[in-house]
Amino acid sequence: MPLRKDLKSVLLIGSGPIVIGQACEFDYSGTQAIKALREEGLRLILVNSNPATIMTDPDLADRTYIEPMTLAVLTKIIERERPDAILPTVGGQTALNLAIELAEAGVLDRFKCELIGAKLGAIKKAEDRDLFKQAMLKIGLEVPRSAIARSAADGERVLGELGIPVIIRPSRTLGGTGGSIARELDDYRAKVAHGLEQSPSHEVLIEQSVEGWKEFELEVMRDTADNVVIICSIENLDPMGVHTGDSITVAPAQTLTDKEYQIMRDAAIRIIREIGVDTGGSNIQFAIEPRTGRMVVIEMNPRVSRSSALASKATGFPIAKIAARLAVGYRLDEIPNDITRMTPSCFEPTIDYVVTKIPRFTFEKFRGAADELGPQMKSVGEAMAIGRTFKESLQKALRSLEIGSHGLESGLSKPPSAHAAVQIRAQVATASSHRLYHLADALRLGITRAEVYQLSKIDPWFIDAVAELVAEEKRIAREPLGASYFREFKPMGFSDRRIAELRGIDEAAVASARREAGVTPVFKSVDTCGAEFEAFTPYLYSTYEGEDEAPPTARKKVIILGGGPNRIGQGIEFDYCCVHASMALKEGGFETIMVNCNPETVSTDYDISDRLYFEPLTFEDVMAIAEREKPFGVIVQFGGQTPLKLALPLARAGVPILGTSPDAIDRAEDRERFNAMVTRLGLRQPEGVLARGLEDAIAGASKVGYPVLIRPSYVLGGRAMEVIPNEEELRRYVTQALQASERHPLLIDRYLQGAIEVDVDAIADGETVVIGGIMEHVEHAGIHSGDSACAIPPTTLSAAIQQELIAQTKMLARELGVIGLINIQYAIYGGEVFILEVNPRASRTIPFVSKAIGVPLAKYAALVMAGKKLSEIGFTTQRVPTHVAVKESVFPFGRFPGVDTILGPEMKSTGEVMGIDTTFAMAFAKAELAAASNLPDGGLVFISVRDEDKRYLEPIARGLAAMGFDLIATRGTANHIRNLGFKCERVNKVLEGSPHIVDAMKDGRVAMVVNTPDASGTRDSFSIRRTALELRLPYFTTMAGAKAAVEGIFALKHEPFEVRALQDYHRA
Amino acid sequence: MSKGREAILALADGRIFRGRAFGAVGETVGEAVFNTAMTGYQEVLTDPSYKGQLVCMTYPEIGNVGINAEDAESRRVYVEGFIVKEYWERPSNWRSEMALGKYLEEAGVVGIEGIDTRALVRHLRTRGAQEAVISSVDLDAESLVRKAKASPGLIGRDLVKEVTSAEAYDWDFGDWKLGRGHVRMSHEAMRDAPTIVALDYGIKLNILRRLVATGFRVKVIPAASSAEQILAHNPDGIFLSNGPGDPAALPYAYRAIAGVLGKKPVFGICLGHQLIGLALGGKTYKLAFGHHGANHPVMDLRTRRVEITAQNHGFAVDDESLRRRAKLSHLNLNDNTVEGLQGTGVPFFSVQYHPEASPGPHDSSYLFARFKKLVEAFPRYGAEALDRILAAEASAQ
Repeated sequence: MPLRKDLKSVLLIGSGPIVIGQACEFDYSGTQAIKALREEGLRLILVNSNPATIMTDPDLADRTYIEPMTLAVLTKIIERERPDAILPTVGGQTALNLAIELAEAGVLDRFKCELIGAKLGAIKKAEDRDLFKQAMLKIGLEVPRSAIARSAADGERVLGELGIPVIIRPSRTLGGTGGSIARELDDYRAKVAHGLEQSPSHEVLIEQSVEGWKEFELEVMRDTADNVVIICSIENLDPMGVHTGDSITVAPAQTLTDKEYQIMRDAAIRIIREIGVDTGGSNIQFAIEPRTGRMVVIEMNPRVSRSSALASKATGFPIAKIAARLAVGYRLDEIPNDITRMTPSCFEPTIDYVVTKIPRFTFEKFRGAADELGPQMKSVGEAMAIGRTFKESLQKALRSLEIGSHGLESGLSKPPSAHAAVQIRAQVATASSHRLYHLADALRLGITRAEVYQLSKIDPWFIDAVAELVAEEKRIAREPLGASYFREFKPMGFSDRRIAELRGIDEAAVASARREAGVTPVFKSVDTCGAEFEAFTPYLYSTYEGEDEAPPTARKKVIILGGGPNRIGQGIEFDYCCVHASMALKEGGFETIMVNCNPETVSTDYDISDRLYFEPLTFEDVMAIAEREKPFGVIVQFGGQTPLKLALPLARAGVPILGTSPDAIDRAEDRERFNAMVTRLGLRQPEGVLARGLEDAIAGASKVGYPVLIRPSYVLGGRAMEVIPNEEELRRYVTQALQASERHPLLIDRYLQGAIEVDVDAIADGETVVIGGIMEHVEHAGIHSGDSACAIPPTTLSAAIQQELIAQTKMLARELGVIGLINIQYAIYGGEVFILEVNPRASRTIPFVSKAIGVPLAKYAALVMAGKKLSEIGFTTQRVPTHVAVKESVFPFGRFPGVDTILGPEMKSTGEVMGIDTTFAMAFAKAELAAASNLPDGGLVFISVRDEDKRYLEPIARGLAAMGFDLIATRGTANHIRNLGFKCERVNKVLEGSPHIVDAMKDGRVAMVVNTPDASGTRDSFSIRRTALELRLPYFTTMAGAKAAVEGIFALKHEPFEVRALQDYHRA
Repeated sequence: MSKGREAILALADGRIFRGRAFGAVGETVGEAVFNTAMTGYQEVLTDPSYKGQLVCMTYPEIGNVGINAEDAESRRVYVEGFIVKEYWERPSNWRSEMALGKYLEEAGVVGIEGIDTRALVRHLRTRGAQEAVISSVDLDAESLVRKAKASPGLIGRDLVKEVTSAEAYDWDFGDWKLGRGHVRMSHEAMRDAPTIVALDYGIKLNILRRLVATGFRVKVIPAASSAEQILAHNPDGIFLSNGPGDPAALPYAYRAIAGVLGKKPVFGICLGHQLIGLALGGKTYKLAFGHHGANHPVMDLRTRRVEITAQNHGFAVDDESLRRRAKLSHLNLNDNTVEGLQGTGVPFFSVQYHPEASPGPHDSSYLFARFKKLVEAFPRYGAEALDRILAAEASAQ
């Protein structure tokens, strides 16, 4: 059946902000779906609260709503746009949950709007664990024995049936939120209770633990004619017990015979039919008992998932694009395979390489979080690598992660300590972010493969592969560097850097020996078909083998270096910029070449750039591409820190860097050169000193005056940055920091307490500088800019201050010779402008600003870098919108039990949302709503603030009281509020004993929390913030945030709530 | 990994690949072809249809799951030589009994690993399948190319006589089940089952297992059986198996088939399908590099449903040559070659691909059930039996 004629318009639901378990893979899938459906002539309406996405670009969908993703808001959009259908299967769990809500609320029936891709019944059958289990039993498949509990009493009953160990999974949560393994009785009860709290439907599945079994996934597609194909099989290196998002995974499956694989394939086909997913992709997970091959079904996602993104990148089969076409009526055999052109999409890709995905974690960002992996996902990103063998792809994946690893480095001391083997055994037995390295060390210590298997339950095949790599280390260290040496070891994936480490020499020495020996990588295509047919899409990876099948063209080229794996501080925003650069330069007549290793991204879609190199972003790997492509230039300033770090080495190696010079980038990053520049220009920055020891630090801090902002000099992204209020805290910090690193000095700056922080993004062509946007932060300086809420245009800054900010930005951009983008962070303190930081590159805020002002800044910047002038582009004056756009951040605290939710100079957010409206208050309210912080319209507000914040209490108390809220506070704050003339209930602090504030919260009495702790008393208030988080109460840990919330609540109560498409805002 | 001795793969057109030996030490010659299935190398090795061929697996990691007694498709290894990117000496699978290299060594089959198999595949794709030599004893590339050029090739060669069973035998094992192996059918269960004879042109065991599991009593008979000999078994139906090489080189086989068509229900797979084409007076031709894999989309032209199929053939039936003598029932969506035929007024059907899978997907197993229905309906409806069954299948959908 071809395209359905009865569909004219489709609403696509995006996945909202980036959170753990739901990252930019849904920007990739949504973007593909929108493009595919618009090509079919359909009118596309999009709702997504996340401004950092490509999909929310105003020229992608016909109507783009950056609005909160709630039932009420979706209903308004549907009422306004009257789509014929909703496609809920490409926007992750968020979209699927909203689709269920819309259907159950009768909204779809009311507006005659059909769910396409998966119907309500199918979604529920797949998502409801009990229905799913029944369905599996019906078709003769095994599932782990399990039972549902809806109360603690249920939990006791289930305990009798299943015993322990068990896995406890809350229903309908993202990425396994709240899931855990209980191995002991007390543990069991606590975890059941916790799971019930986490589940939106107050329901947990308690499941027999299949920890240690082999884990597999299949990606399945089905069309309206009931054709079913398997796109990809994936085997998890980490056995059952570790969430698949946190597991190292390999495609295709490595350890199944055909007979066993076909059992799984048959099961997958039966499952997709029984669940009744009409069209599109689904992901099905299986576990296999390693000694008998007994197979159980774990779960099914009736939608495009993170694994689908991986499977698409791993095979070249564009799952989301095809799923979208299938949803509007096409059959698989009616859609041609883009890569081969001659053959249809109704086939099963076969691959002739091995793909390895390794997750990226950020435990170091969350003090108190244990680096242990379990059923609840904790990783924030992932890297994928392609190699002709597993060993090659594994080692490429390790260096793609950007965690300072270039192979399987050893953590053992030399010689190993007496306890090393004991310690390593424990580490191999525990799933953690570094287990693979421990595994290699265990083998180095002579622990047998059999024992390593017993400890880890990692399949012996993977252990053998690691053993083979470890076994070669001695020869790599000793044998002479010649052609035969490199021909033997490079195909195993050893990087020049790792070889250099093992030999105790420089990477450059290895690289030059290798070049002299004439050993360089060749490039092969990802073609879906194992070379059976000719491939027309240059989607390439490197390997060390005989034939290079993709000689460069003679065109003028630009290489764009992507951002690598997502992490906190570097995510989808940079992918947005890279994709824009590619689109703009393609239009500008260049051949565009993308290099990236993050499978979740739009940039690694093979139809974004003229060429895609799916490669690690290391100097060695990028040089190999630059040497063969000989580009006109390389863009390093769009992918965040990852490519920026390569700027100087690439420039030194003679690779032309486009835009702002690497030297200018260095001038902005190097503290001393930066200070000299600021002084020369007569600008101000907070006083600061460099300290090299405790005494030095104490002297320095008292010189600049407390509170101080302190950080080690070698870190980026606010890592380990803290505000220190006094000498006692300084001693604690310095002692810890010096333990961590003795060599690096500490940077101590004056902390401008209460200062307003401002971000300015601008674009420059070497002559003209145009301001993109001035963003006033809601939170005061001291909260990492990536974690602050901010607004365009500024809400409180005077015209004079804004003029000063513009003047300083232009001055700095000219001084640095910026060609491209520049981001500057300022603090406004005592009516004066202080410079905090200058980043001559694309910033995290570029997509937000672009959407707020309706100008594609990244595209323009790419053109400028390639030689165009802003006057030629037609962007020479700042555009200040008449509406207000507010960005708010989204945090992963729910994933890390025991971690405080308090904000500081170290960035902790994973994603962002945007609220857009005519006033700041309404835009802020929308942003809060979008961030799932449900501002209450009445009830009891708990307030507890530190002494220095009490001066900001008055407007908050007044606003809340005026709107009829009741106030409750601990003694000090309560007295203060009463003194201000407002009624306020008093409640005990937790340490003062029950009934205390946490009791009141758990009793459901509290509707909102305002809590600003002072540094010394954080432990007491910690339980308040964690409780607020777990009860999903809106909470504010800054006075500025609380004040904005009060304004937002006022707006929600007194202004009509309207939705408006981005296209309407920018039409004017 | 043990570093094997040096080995060379030399193609008749002069292209040389240098790698390492695994399996048996020695020299072997055959037509170089590639298989794109990612699982099932043991089934490939033991498929008699690969007689005369050197098989290159496009999936690079081979040997991972070792070798076990259950997954063989015949009693021995039939490929002439095996070509892989990386051979794994240490298998990891609960059913593994032996390493692949040892298995090949015991079978006397020469393997080569460590070559750029993708480059080889691209070469064969553009230049066509061709004769080649693998050697770990003669490392003179020019000498090997000469040997490859001198090899006779597949066209016009009767390879079936080298793989068929000399004697007739009965078969009573059914499908493989996890934990139970191949299930043997009880005599009770088989007593009332219809009997078929299966012509062994190099039959894969899984075809026999599927026939038994479908509910047939199966007698396997030698390829050279004449029509009279076939009919002398008084079977309820006749099955024509897969097998190696060029169907046109087997006049005894297609003449025998011509003598039974219309008299008994017939089902043919792969070579059996090509032989039906020839028996009907049609032509066959050699494909550039054949179809060898487990992911080929085939459309059932009546239902418009697509099956993902297992394939292994270098020759195909010419559609034009069969006009009005048989109906095209299945089409390959990659290259529009003939994948299935059915009789018009004659009770037979045949497919070019492998509904018995092994290795490969099970999408097409319905064809065995169809054959059972045809055999059962034939005594009553004769020449109309097939049409009635297809009509019944259509109305059931």
